[in-house]
Amino acid sequence: MTGPEPAASPAASGPGAADPAGEAGPLLTATGLSVGFRVGSPAMARRRNEEWILRAVDGVDMTIERGEALALVGESGSGKSTLARALTGLVPLNAGEIRLSGRVLSGRRSRADQRRIQMVFQDPYSSLNPRLTVSSILHELLRVHDIVPRAEVESYSRELLGLVGLTDDALHAYPRQFSGGQRQRVAIARALALRPDLLVADEPVSALDVSVQATILNLLQELRGSLGLTLLLISHNLAVVRHLCDRVAVMYLGRIIEVATTEQLFTAPAHPYTRGLLAAIPRMTASTADEAPAVVGDPPSPLRIPAGCRFRTRCPIAQDICSREDPMLTAAPGQPGHTAACHFAFGEAPPAAAAASSAGLKEEPSPSQS
Amino acid sequence: MSAAALVTVAPEHAQSRKAHWFRQPALMSGLAIIAIILFMVIAAPLLTSYNPNAQNLNATLQGPSAQHLLGTDQLGRDTWSRLLYGGRADLSIALIAVVFPFVLGTILGSLAGYFGGWADLTIMRLVDIVVAFPFYVLIIALVFVLGPGARSIYIAITVVGWVSYARIIRGEILIAKRQEYILAAQSGGLSNTRIMGRHLLPNVVTQAIIYAMSDIVLDILAIVTLSYLGLGIQPPTPDWGNMIANGQNFLTTHWELTTIPGLAVVITGLGLSLIGDGLADLLRPGQ
Amino acid sequence: MTGRGPGGPVITGPVPGGPVLEVRDLHVQIASRRGLVKAVDGVSLEVPRGEAVGLVGESGSGKSMTLRAILGVLPPEAKVTSGQVLLDGTDLVPLPVSALNRIRGPKLAMIFQEPMSALNPVMRVGLQIAEGPQVHMGYSRSKAAERAVDLMRRVGIPDPERRFRAYPHEFSGGMRQRVMIAIALSCEPEVILCDEPTTALDVTIQDQILRLLARLCRESGVSLLFVTHDLPVVAQLCQSVAVMYGGEIVERGAVEDVFVEPRHPYTLGLLRSAPDVAEIRSSLVPIPGSPPSLISPPPGCRFHPRCGFAEPDCQQQRPPLRLLPGGRATACLHYERCQESLEAEGAAR
Repeated sequence: MTGPEPAASPAASGPGAADPAGEAGPLLTATGLSVGFRVGSPAMARRRNEEWILRAVDGVDMTIERGEALALVGESGSGKSTLARALTGLVPLNAGEIRLSGRVLSGRRSRADQRRIQMVFQDPYSSLNPRLTVSSILHELLRVHDIVPRAEVESYSRELLGLVGLTDDALHAYPRQFSGGQRQRVAIARALALRPDLLVADEPVSALDVSVQATILNLLQELRGSLGLTLLLISHNLAVVRHLCDRVAVMYLGRIIEVATTEQLFTAPAHPYTRGLLAAIPRMTASTADEAPAVVGDPPSPLRIPAGCRFRTRCPIAQDICSREDPMLTAAPGQPGHTAACHFAFGEAPPAAAAASSAGLKEEPSPSQS
Repeated sequence: MSAAALVTVAPEHAQSRKAHWFRQPALMSGLAIIAIILFMVIAAPLLTSYNPNAQNLNATLQGPSAQHLLGTDQLGRDTWSRLLYGGRADLSIALIAVVFPFVLGTILGSLAGYFGGWADLTIMRLVDIVVAFPFYVLIIALVFVLGPGARSIYIAITVVGWVSYARIIRGEILIAKRQEYILAAQSGGLSNTRIMGRHLLPNVVTQAIIYAMSDIVLDILAIVTLSYLGLGIQPPTPDWGNMIANGQNFLTTHWELTTIPGLAVVITGLGLSLIGDGLADLLRPGQ
Repeated sequence: MTGRGPGGPVITGPVPGGPVLEVRDLHVQIASRRGLVKAVDGVSLEVPRGEAVGLVGESGSGKSMTLRAILGVLPPEAKVTSGQVLLDGTDLVPLPVSALNRIRGPKLAMIFQEPMSALNPVMRVGLQIAEGPQVHMGYSRSKAAERAVDLMRRVGIPDPERRFRAYPHEFSGGMRQRVMIAIALSCEPEVILCDEPTTALDVTIQDQILRLLARLCRESGVSLLFVTHDLPVVAQLCQSVAVMYGGEIVERGAVEDVFVEPRHPYTLGLLRSAPDVAEIRSSLVPIPGSPPSLISPPPGCRFHPRCGFAEPDCQQQRPPLRLLPGGRATACLHYERCQESLEAEGAAR
């Protein structure tokens, strides 16, 4: 396994640490998750030859182990942000269940359950209430959830700020006095205040300057080490993922299409989309400007998901079977941790397909029948 | 501890914004006008020795003079004094009257915007119903039914006036509730009431306040109109509306009896509009 | 070669072998409530014919302002206070808008970051592409339409005859960007200015657009000045790069030189602070501190408060951009320290 090792003995009672659970098994399991949004009316959708429900998350199973850093990777329309919000309880599920430490989380989460998964958001400029000081923001959460006794709220807030590298004078400041990187630190402190079991970070550094990203990434890495924090990182930036995470799940049009350890994913990607994604990333070394693009065409509209394998319209090796059968996640022989949803993931690759002969762009397929 | 160095916070940039409001010409001129009017109206007893209702049938319909700054009306009552005391009545009622629709509209608009669904449907249909009636027709009808006087004015203005606030606040909340700090509050397990009251409203209420400035003008006009029609403030209590009505019959001979209170309404309205404009510029996000 | 342009001033012909675009000591200042912001403070760079030059920097470095100053589309509070922008030998700075409008389009074009706001949402896409040739090249409507369809095909828009009549909102982000590139190409400019055109795109779409730009560069010989904060994009597309910090250029040179052996601590800092998809680094080294105030920048070298190699003389005078062998330039007085640091890193592995 690559990536930083989680600490052997996480700080059990300090700020931010999860309640000691001492349980075996994965921290979180999700089965059959679906999240859909209504778009217009059924009649209008029929006229446009589209679906009426946008299937943002379309049948996702996943597990998150205690103490690991799992990355959820995908481009726009993949559903990764919706999935993250569904796990955090911000978006209702249409189907499926989420278990935290073995216990099912109900649709309307109790306050105690809501506490256990916390999120850091992408935009540091809109994720803090501009009218509240940092201490108001923290105190409110601490009081509502009764995390520490009243007398200790102030000192606990200071400890939290120290944990993310901010001095005490940040307590009485307003968000507008902070830079982008500092705001993200405050956002992390806020998320950790409730001592969650799982921290979900939705593109935490995308809105920051390059030189500032490093400070936040280093901070997350350090918190993993010192607090034994379990992290779910949503990102479109594979360089960040490679640096920070142990395992990666790749999403495309609402489904997870590959899961692997970071090392496996970057050295031996099994799904054609993953391979294309990796090839598309610009590198600092010699350019390959003469070659054809890694992935051709535009992603299909999520209102017109192709029947069969949803990636087949852009896949260089698509075959007939791909339009008939929707591939399930299957494991690599001998490597149960590495799964991919492709008929040709771990076998021999078929010849570059007749079905995809025009490596150019196809007409939009009609909505799938399922 | 943390490898990331301890970072200090940038100094307060608020100075620039606070100092800025002095230099807002619209705001400053509006405030000046209203301040002068308020002063004159509040200090009425100091500025005139005449009782506004005191009749003096020996000195009717006189023009401006040393004894009567602005002359007298047909019953010998001093115009200047009636202007000042009339301003008291109109302004005090208007200032109070603007509060009830503000509160009611804000509450209903928040519920509609935040919860959506049935709350939104019902409240917006109520808005549609109220808006279908012309403003003045509805107000006049209500005051007529409820009987003249200040209490009816408050009720009528509230019933009719809440809709604009509701729309404004609903619109602002629809946008604001998508902001990530609201999602953060929701994921933090805070109750909806707390989120609406503590997180959403303080950030959206500025638009309603700006609207309230122009609403006061509308309210003053409504009160003046009602009094002009004999439905609002009843004589002998002076107010600009019944002064205007009173002077109607003398328009060709002593036009000042109508024009002076009319001017007072105009100037007050101008001052309030300037304040509204100035505030809107100042509070515009992103400055 | 001199002559008269269509109804315009004398336009000198291209200097054979010289750069098609040259910026000399450009200064742009913005009047703001808090003072005079020196957004671009003495920038000089060259874009050779047929080459792609990258201009990298973080937010507030002045890179976008530089582009806008070149095209003459600065916001109203901003002004070019001194310097020259030489396009084919002609200085654009003193030209009046009427003369500039004859140059924008036929010689100089720009593509933007947000295609949705750069395209007119109520005008059909084909007409937007055809507009340039009609106005600048005197094409008839039908000839311009033909040219538009041809351009759409060239930039990889499928079914161009039909999509000619579509509106921008009917296209995806990547397709809209292609439309914008088609508009930029429509009058066969010599230079296309690119203001972060791929920043808002998905990785796979960015890949397509970058390859498209590279191909167009090769085929038509158009030069690019490509502004971005994303270093690997520049490495992929450009031959040379200029690094901006605090309104000035701190390093210049060929891409393979600057990114492999940087000669300025800021460039070194940028490279070290970003994770690399190709290899895992043991740790990311952030650049301490925060970007300089452009109203009252630090004395001497602007980067010195954040620089690990700073010496007393760095505070004294502003280091000029000095030429180094191999077509490189750096504004660091002690640039050898970068080399030493890299060597030490290499030895430690």
